[in-house]
Amino acid sequence: MDAFTQLEGMTAPLDRANVDTDQIIPKQYLKSIKRTGFGDYLFDAWRFLDQGTMGMTPNERQINHEFVLNLPQYQGASILLARDNFGCGSSREHAVWALKEFGFRAVIAPSFADIFFGNCFKNGVLPIVLEVKIVEELIAKSDGESTLHIDLESQVVTDGERTYNFEIDSALKQKMLNGMDDIAMTLAEVELIKTFEAKHKASQPWLFRG
Amino acid sequence: MAQTLYDKIWQAHDVGERIDGNSLLYIDLQLLHEVTSPQAFEGLQLADRPLWRVDANLATPDHNVPTDGRELGLSGITDEVALTQVLTLDDNCKKFGVEQFDIQDIRQGIVHVVGPEQGATLPGMTIVCGDSHTSTHGAFAALAQGVGTSEVEHVMATQCLVQNKAKNFAVEVNGKLAPHVTAKDLVLAIIGRLGTAGATGHTIEYRGQAIRDLSMEGRMTLCNMSIEAGARAGLVAVDDTTIDYIKGRPFAPAGEVWDSAVAYWRTLVSDEGAVFDSVLTIDASDIAPQVSWGTSPEMVCGIDDKVPNPETMQDPIQAESAVHALKYMDLQPGQNITDIKVDRVFIGSCTNARIEDLRAAAAAIQGGRIAENVKEALVVPGSGLVKAQAEKEGLADIFTQAGFLWRAAGCSMCLGMNPDQLGEGEHCASTSNRNFEGRQGYGGRTHLVSPAMAAAAAVAGHFVDVREIS
Repeated sequence: MDAFTQLEGMTAPLDRANVDTDQIIPKQYLKSIKRTGFGDYLFDAWRFLDQGTMGMTPNERQINHEFVLNLPQYQGASILLARDNFGCGSSREHAVWALKEFGFRAVIAPSFADIFFGNCFKNGVLPIVLEVKIVEELIAKSDGESTLHIDLESQVVTDGERTYNFEIDSALKQKMLNGMDDIAMTLAEVELIKTFEAKHKASQPWLFRG
Repeated sequence: MAQTLYDKIWQAHDVGERIDGNSLLYIDLQLLHEVTSPQAFEGLQLADRPLWRVDANLATPDHNVPTDGRELGLSGITDEVALTQVLTLDDNCKKFGVEQFDIQDIRQGIVHVVGPEQGATLPGMTIVCGDSHTSTHGAFAALAQGVGTSEVEHVMATQCLVQNKAKNFAVEVNGKLAPHVTAKDLVLAIIGRLGTAGATGHTIEYRGQAIRDLSMEGRMTLCNMSIEAGARAGLVAVDDTTIDYIKGRPFAPAGEVWDSAVAYWRTLVSDEGAVFDSVLTIDASDIAPQVSWGTSPEMVCGIDDKVPNPETMQDPIQAESAVHALKYMDLQPGQNITDIKVDRVFIGSCTNARIEDLRAAAAAIQGGRIAENVKEALVVPGSGLVKAQAEKEGLADIFTQAGFLWRAAGCSMCLGMNPDQLGEGEHCASTSNRNFEGRQGYGGRTHLVSPAMAAAAAVAGHFVDVREIS
């Protein structure tokens, strides 16, 4: 997994609450058996006016010029500012794959849905929770020139004038800072798992069919 | 100390806290389907890692499979990309030795219908699947959670999830549901009160008389939509209803093992005096059949209500969301819910495609035919076995004689990954779980309802109060 230490980037505001993962990446693109190729379809039904299918490229599509991510000033944004409960609904990790491939490495919102939040950490995309008021201020300031600096080590977001601290689980933080592979980390404790499994099998043998 | 049901299951699966403070939670069963597993199997192979425990996995294709032409088997899948996904699941299951109910197996169906039906879902288990509606299995007092593909791969390789414990949320439903008011109406009403993020970070335990009175299928419907209130998992404690349902199912234990299993399962209830972090208490008798009017499952009201007016909403964000939703849904504030016409009807999904759902839907048809303005009404059983049972009981005939299309098992129009989709602007009375924009088809407008409400709407051509026609 890609490590995340610091990020200096432009913000783009998605001023809408309860954005679900069906909006982030619609179902017709989930037929892929790969982890890549989703960026072109991020927020598909909002970015485009026509109905897309897998394999279409953005230049074949009818662009919705009013949608915020299509406005010229937000091109190249790498920090998405969002509202409450971002990423609710379906567990599809494709949503995070699409955001990352499109260019977003961090999402700042007052709250996130649980499964999406976890999926971000598997892919080096940093979800940051800040108070509603602060997110509102950042959204108001996000004019296409506004940039933020995110420093994960010291857990601060700064816009040059003001500095905002954010909380993060220490284990998740270390994992992001080092870009560690979750599975390798867990497999380092293989004996612990095996010991547990033997005990578990003895107490609930009906859970083991093999 | 008094423990909640969730505390007990967690403790029984806590492999041990690691140096970093996170827990490893041992997983007893992983359900696999074609859409969220290929990248996980690929990751496993690229890292040259084996599947930790082959017998802890069970697979079936459900999300993208067409619901017609099933007799043609794989050649019935005309979408080549979808076919590749189904074939990839076949290949992976063969390669890794995972038991699969493939597209031609009568046991194939929606993973969350198949697991319980086979007795693969057992009380006290931890279950994961790359699908957020895995919460369904919580009906059996199993801690069942939806996970992303990276976590699917993690469980394949380690049989564990890295997780922090969630908080405990009690949803206490007292009293009795009125006749023709179902588990679906109950869960929609709960989501309406909690909001779509109301239980984020929590595991819900549904308690109270109205929950005890539900059948296992009703409890599955209820737990299924826990994720729509933000909770990763929902639970119902074990009682006789649970144990009677499991007994004799193919994967369930038998003989002496059955007896010791039952003795353990009986302990899977919250202790007297267990403390919950949050509590919602509601009276079941107040609940009317529900219909969603917006683009989030929390945007729901009773059949006898009117479409709400965003201007009267206190919370500005809620009001703004409602404005967006009404525009998308092409509805007016103050409009009677019963005046909303339906273009299509979908009876199916992991929420409502079990035999009791189909019985309730068939009963609501009452000898009628689908209305002229209804372009299509689909009935998609949750599994091949549900389909066979419904045919045996004569339900399939009732549906087809009324003009419904009778299909083969799969997720179908719940998410429209297969050819079953809404057209742009069409209103659908749907027994599924999500009314998000475009969920059932590009520009489609979903109204979430119970099976009886969907069937009644199909016959009337608009929403009707199923209590009045029954």
